[in-house]
Amino acid sequence: MYKPVIGLEVHAQLSTKTKLFCSCSTEHENLPPNTNVCPICMGFPGVLPVVNKKAVEYAIKAGLALNCEISNYSKFDRKNYFYPDLPKGYQISQYDLPLCRNGYIDLYVDGEIKRVRIKRIHLEEDAGKLLHIGSGDRLSESDYSLVDFNRAGIPLIEIVTEPDINSPKEARLFLQELRLILRYLGISSGDMEKGSLRCDANISIQTEEGKFGTRTEIKNVNSFFSLEKALEYEIERQIEILKRGEEVIQETRHWDEKNQKTVSLRSKEEAEDYRYFPEPDLPPLMVTEEMKNKLKSEIPELPAKRRERYLALELSPVDVEILVSDKDLSDFFDKALRIYGNAKNLHSWLSVEILSYLNENKLEFKDLDIDSERFVKLIEMVDKNEITRPVAKEVLRRYLTKKEDPLVIIEREGLRVVSDTSYLQDIIKNVISNNSKAVEDWKKGKKQVINFLVGQVMKETRGRASLDVVKNLLEEELNKL
Amino acid sequence: MERRDFKEQLKKTAHLARLHLTPEEEELFTKQLQNILDYFKKLQELDTSNVEPMAHVLPLYNIWREDEVKESISQEEAFKNAPEIEDLGFKIPRIMKREE
Repeated sequence: MYKPVIGLEVHAQLSTKTKLFCSCSTEHENLPPNTNVCPICMGFPGVLPVVNKKAVEYAIKAGLALNCEISNYSKFDRKNYFYPDLPKGYQISQYDLPLCRNGYIDLYVDGEIKRVRIKRIHLEEDAGKLLHIGSGDRLSESDYSLVDFNRAGIPLIEIVTEPDINSPKEARLFLQELRLILRYLGISSGDMEKGSLRCDANISIQTEEGKFGTRTEIKNVNSFFSLEKALEYEIERQIEILKRGEEVIQETRHWDEKNQKTVSLRSKEEAEDYRYFPEPDLPPLMVTEEMKNKLKSEIPELPAKRRERYLALELSPVDVEILVSDKDLSDFFDKALRIYGNAKNLHSWLSVEILSYLNENKLEFKDLDIDSERFVKLIEMVDKNEITRPVAKEVLRRYLTKKEDPLVIIEREGLRVVSDTSYLQDIIKNVISNNSKAVEDWKKGKKQVINFLVGQVMKETRGRASLDVVKNLLEEELNKL
Repeated sequence: MERRDFKEQLKKTAHLARLHLTPEEEELFTKQLQNILDYFKKLQELDTSNVEPMAHVLPLYNIWREDEVKESISQEEAFKNAPEIEDLGFKIPRIMKREE
């Protein structure tokens, strides 16, 4: 048997305003290099770090949301290694006493619950950014590098799973669910393209129960898609090696996005020796019950709970996922649901009218300024046949783009449904006399022409008439001919 | 531990810390390292089963700051100690050896 065994190490930048150990701003995108820096995050000798309370709280929140035990006693350690993006020569991290341990996420994989255990979550600081200058795009081909410390010191949580994942798809689902939870908590943007969420994967192949294979570590995975692709490639590579009767070498491999394969990063595997020791400049952390309870009370309803609630409303799993995957959209849905009982209809309005608008305009729901009461009022008017759906759609668009109150537009422009039969009959007569060709066709038996004529009538009424009414009246008139 | 092992350990530690030692220093530090490790060996003989592990010498906890941005040094000041600057980045020598 060849069973993939996968564990993930995920780094998420916390969305605090300031860095982990100094009061420099965490802004680092589209900024000139080395603007948000200070002696602490540039590693000057003699400076003293002071931990950001919010970062500690965010890490604990992550732990609580991922069903972890929160350590009541935790400390920081120095992880020693040399690399130019790490100005102090060590990274302040947590070694043996992380803030959170022993959690899990339950995933739905092909209709079944798959539990992935979380081994630990700890706080640590991000490194700076290197820009390699030279002939090729590989590090070994560069002539020199430029260092930017804007990112150095930004708080990260590292989330380490147990090797419970058994397929590339499960790995992707885990990472997506993790990101969703972090977003619900509001503690990380989780943007993989921008590097605020990074994922390394450890992977080995089990050939018999209870016996682990040699693992490799895959780095440089920067999208959900490439995580899945990289793991698929690596699983195949390792199985090929085992089938040949050879052995997998323990090494770090780099996902080469351009060529869609993993390549060996370090030809000679040096045993990592970080010589961790307690950070003497930072007193330990004591997490009290009071603190834990306060943070627990700030945690919003999480995706799993929301899914359950929506499924109970008899929304389809696909529809549920549309809502749950965007917290702002889902919050809006809940708000509207409080004043409008029909969940399915509400969902259909959101997905048909709102999401299509967002897609066309490349917007996100949070960019919209939309009032749930006005939205619901509009739907109710359609339900009560006070306005037609096309009118509602048009008015809604105007509301979204120009912020005009839809109810005001409807009254001002007289957009309520026209039920005055004689008014409609006048329009129909006009349409019939202006479209003699279509009428001839209808008479010859091309009955579908009626749709064209209905369209003409609707145009005249500016969409204010009910389709069924128009169709009936039109048929009546045509039959008279 | 054999004396030779101490020397190996010293060399490894020196390499990890990127320290370049002369043969004389190696001799001297091997001896000192040996003394230190012997001392800790002695400490390890103590029965500590009833002693709480300690991570820090001071009885301080939760010394933290609020998440508020504060003015820092200017970029000019930040660059003051840098031997070379290019495009607002600290210029550093090539990181990896060229592949042969």
